Amino acid sequence: MHAIEKLLAAKAGVDRVHAGQIVNCDVDVAGINDLYYQTVKSFVEMGGQRVKHPDDVLIFFDHYAPCATVIQAEDHKKFRQFAHEQGIANLMDVNQGVCHQVVVDRGLAKPGEIVVITDSHSTMHGALGAFGTGVGATDLATILITGKLWFKVPEVIKITLTGHLHPGVYAKDVILHILGDLKADHGIYKAIEFAGPALKDMTISERLALCNMTTEMGAATSYIQPDDRTRNFLKAKGVTDYTVYTTDEDYHYQEEITYDVGQIGPQVAAPADVDNVHDLSDYQGVHVDQAYIGSCTGGRLQDFATAAKILKGHHIALDTRLIIVPASGEVTRECIARGYIQDLLDAGATLSPSGCAACIGIHQGLIAADEVCMSTSNRNFPGRMGSLKGQIYLASPAATATAALTGQITDPRDYVEAE
Amino acid sequence: MKTLRTGHAHVFGQNIDTDQIYPARFIEYTEEADIKKYAMAGSDDPDFVQETQPGDFIVAGTNFGCGSSREHAAITLKGNQVGAIVAESFARIFFRNAINLGLPVITCPHVHAHVQPGDQLQLDLKAGEFKNLTNGWTAPVEPLDDYIMNILSHGGIKPLMRAMTSQGKVRE
Repeated sequence: MHAIEKLLAAKAGVDRVHAGQIVNCDVDVAGINDLYYQTVKSFVEMGGQRVKHPDDVLIFFDHYAPCATVIQAEDHKKFRQFAHEQGIANLMDVNQGVCHQVVVDRGLAKPGEIVVITDSHSTMHGALGAFGTGVGATDLATILITGKLWFKVPEVIKITLTGHLHPGVYAKDVILHILGDLKADHGIYKAIEFAGPALKDMTISERLALCNMTTEMGAATSYIQPDDRTRNFLKAKGVTDYTVYTTDEDYHYQEEITYDVGQIGPQVAAPADVDNVHDLSDYQGVHVDQAYIGSCTGGRLQDFATAAKILKGHHIALDTRLIIVPASGEVTRECIARGYIQDLLDAGATLSPSGCAACIGIHQGLIAADEVCMSTSNRNFPGRMGSLKGQIYLASPAATATAALTGQITDPRDYVEAE
Repeated sequence: MKTLRTGHAHVFGQNIDTDQIYPARFIEYTEEADIKKYAMAGSDDPDFVQETQPGDFIVAGTNFGCGSSREHAAITLKGNQVGAIVAESFARIFFRNAINLGLPVITCPHVHAHVQPGDQLQLDLKAGEFKNLTNGWTAPVEPLDDYIMNILSHGGIKPLMRAMTSQGKVRE
């Protein structure tokens, strides 16, 4: 069996499972974000009275944080009341940040556990050996009532990464390249496992970016076998109590693909599909109105360190604005402590509160018709960040910081020192 | 559940994402009466709500409903009384959301090339067959798992869960 299958079997209380089988599993972490008050409505419609395991439930005020409209504020108010009534102590208020980063910051995503959040980027938690998956409101309401949810055991695609990343090229470029190669529907219902020597070199932050965007190829979940980096990352958070499953030697992958990351240069997903991926150099010189560094994909400490290094002592281009949104309150504080925020503000950046912000096109940095945004986030669909006629290029934090500096799409390798 | 359904076709392409089905700017609504006003508002057929009739089908290529987890995408189509969505494949979360609401999501390979907007379509869920009554094209549809069929035949997960909660079955 695959490690994921062993995990699901354990949570379903059975000895064995196989791909395609539907299993009903205990859920360890159930997260509701503020877009989906429907969850509470479904809970009530289904006859729910008490949340079964309130300690396992988190409510995240991230997409609206802080509220921009009265309706949003009313939704938050209703959520607060629900949390109070049901004894849900883990209400992650508007100061906390994007649900996925908060879960990681708090050490709640750990090997062998099931993390289900009403957000598609829950695949990210596979980077720490958890079974992370996104669901809709009514599925989450089912977990509130029963503590369980059904899953179809996924087939697994193994992606082996070999070689060494060149300076100026990052995990974000790797996952964009893979998306461009395999396309947006390659992984529907599948689990995507990353392995290989190049993965060993990647930080947890980079692994999170990889797994985060597997949802853009339709994946149900993703997985990285926990190693010393994983253990050390969790240990630093005081997390040592978890189960690591390993894949049997004779497990048969549905597909095995290898990429030499040394062959990959800076990438962009050009408008208006995540799999419309090209070498960044193909778009060199395109004017950028807004550069956006943030989101659960590209708004971590390491991302701001990279951006600050490029922009420190310089100023962004005259006709370009740079919006920076650290993914969580913890990331913001750490960025401030290390001076990155100061460097970026000095360079002309606009700091926005932690949350999903303009990544989902609700507030804090929308773009107008025919404007171009380069973003470290995860989706470039029409209208995703504002006007239906806005154009979004997805790229690494280094490429985005470089675009802010020059005002146009520019190869970041010329601006990143060899490490 | 009605197992023999007919309706006119509304045809969409590949990778129709949830921002096309239900743009994020309307996401703060939580009532179906509001949500149903904005179906397909971000797609290349923004007049869908004015044009659609109860029972009409949506036909699409691969990966219908990709993108976010917003249940609004399924609620808005159900609110417009879409009879079925027939696509070459579905994004996983959209699929689950639709089943939970009792909205048939039917996988039918190659369907996109064989349906024009306005065609009269027929779906026989019992026989597992899709038919374009306008041009005669007929194809088998992929069967749904028993577990999923059970949810669908009860009209979605809500009636099922209500039956369980009222009988105290979830307290065991």
